[in-house]
Amino acid sequence: MSRVMTSEVKSGANEPIRIDTKFKNMVLKTPGGETLKICFQCGTCTSSCPIAKISDSYRPNQIIRLAQFGAKDKVLSSKTLWLCAACYTCVDRCPQGVEMESVIRTLKNLAAKEGYIPKIFKDLGLTVLETGFLYRIQQLRSKSREKKGLPPLPNPKIEDVKKLADKTGFATIIGEESA
Amino acid sequence: MSNPKFAFFLGCLIPFREASYEISTRRIAGAVGIDLVEMTDANCCGLPIDPINHDMTVALAARNLCIAENMGLNIMTLCNGCFGSLAKVNKELKEDRALREKVNGYLKEISMEFKGNIEVKHFIEALAEDVGVEKLNSFVSRPFIDLKVAEHYGCHFLRPHKYLDTGDPENPEVLTKLIEITGAKVVDYLDELQCCGGTVIAIDENVPIYLTRNKLVNIKKAGAEAIVTICPNCHMIFDLNQPKIEKTFSESYGLPVLYYPQLLGLAMGMPPEDLAVGELRVKADKVLNRLIQKA
Repeated sequence: MSRVMTSEVKSGANEPIRIDTKFKNMVLKTPGGETLKICFQCGTCTSSCPIAKISDSYRPNQIIRLAQFGAKDKVLSSKTLWLCAACYTCVDRCPQGVEMESVIRTLKNLAAKEGYIPKIFKDLGLTVLETGFLYRIQQLRSKSREKKGLPPLPNPKIEDVKKLADKTGFATIIGEESA
Repeated sequence: MSNPKFAFFLGCLIPFREASYEISTRRIAGAVGIDLVEMTDANCCGLPIDPINHDMTVALAARNLCIAENMGLNIMTLCNGCFGSLAKVNKELKEDRALREKVNGYLKEISMEFKGNIEVKHFIEALAEDVGVEKLNSFVSRPFIDLKVAEHYGCHFLRPHKYLDTGDPENPEVLTKLIEITGAKVVDYLDELQCCGGTVIAIDENVPIYLTRNKLVNIKKAGAEAIVTICPNCHMIFDLNQPKIEKTFSESYGLPVLYYPQLLGLAMGMPPEDLAVGELRVKADKVLNRLIQKA
């Protein structure tokens, strides 16, 4: 399942925001989302955020506010959500103890479950499932390691990775559930 | 006294693109007495897929932790991303019983169990804590003179602070001290603890290009002649992508980017070839010439 993602989390002038009153509780119940409710919108996160400095759409405090309001579709379909670099500056600086990165990650995980998932993450996920790693290291490179006197690369048991992917729901999310 | 010994977690970006970090690290480890044991069954640290499924990230990290537990060794990583992921999950699993039960449920499927009896360290911590700054200093035979460098710690070495024991995230010291023993002088620059943007390169390439451009401009302004990094992802943005950033902004920086073990190795008198300095995209000749002439 793949859905259309909108480019901004900010509300468009004429576009009504649909509210799902249960959404907030859904986030609060998901591990990582618990601190959503204690944000009081001081804006420390956004003023500390390196991405917000160069982006005209990424504002972490706005994502949190919209999630608190229950603007489920607006938040989950937003491409902007995926711009968080997980630098954790906001986490360390939040005076309220909001686990900003965990909340935003929880929203991304929920978005992925709903089918809003950037293609690149599907591709990366497939590589992890097939090789156990993020990058496919070609044979050629393995040979050049030998020449340089470096030991062979780790070779993880792929059936282990696949079993974990099935159990955690990862395989379903990237559409590779084993039968 | 026997050498400190670690299960060596290499990760994937280093063998894929940044081999000089591994080569120089192995040289330094051998020379200063850190024993590295290969983790032949290791998998991805889990971090890259965290945005789409946190449970899988934790499960993958936990599998690596279990492998090291079975080896009876603490883990040593080179990549900040791997370090952050493994160290954070290790601490969470040790402290959060409910999470541990859930994850051990996953691990049961592959006949593993998280026990919580090892630590995760970054190479920089191993150097500072297990070898010690004083002892490292005694290996320096050819210090740099009048070389000004800018340091870039990288986010996942420092934050989130509550999970990582690497010092004050707003005023870190460990790398600074390690650079100083090489004779190089560390200069301060504006926004020096800011992210390079490397983690979102797959989503939007402009993010790291713009963020790192700001850093390069600030580093140049501060009068640094080289940059020192400890993370392959940050390094790739600063070094491999520097020509692209120069082109995008019609600017010229010409700032060589060295991995810390390369800088240390040079100051220990090792030949640049042994440290794979030639593999750097931005040539480090300026730094090398200085070293040889003034030694």
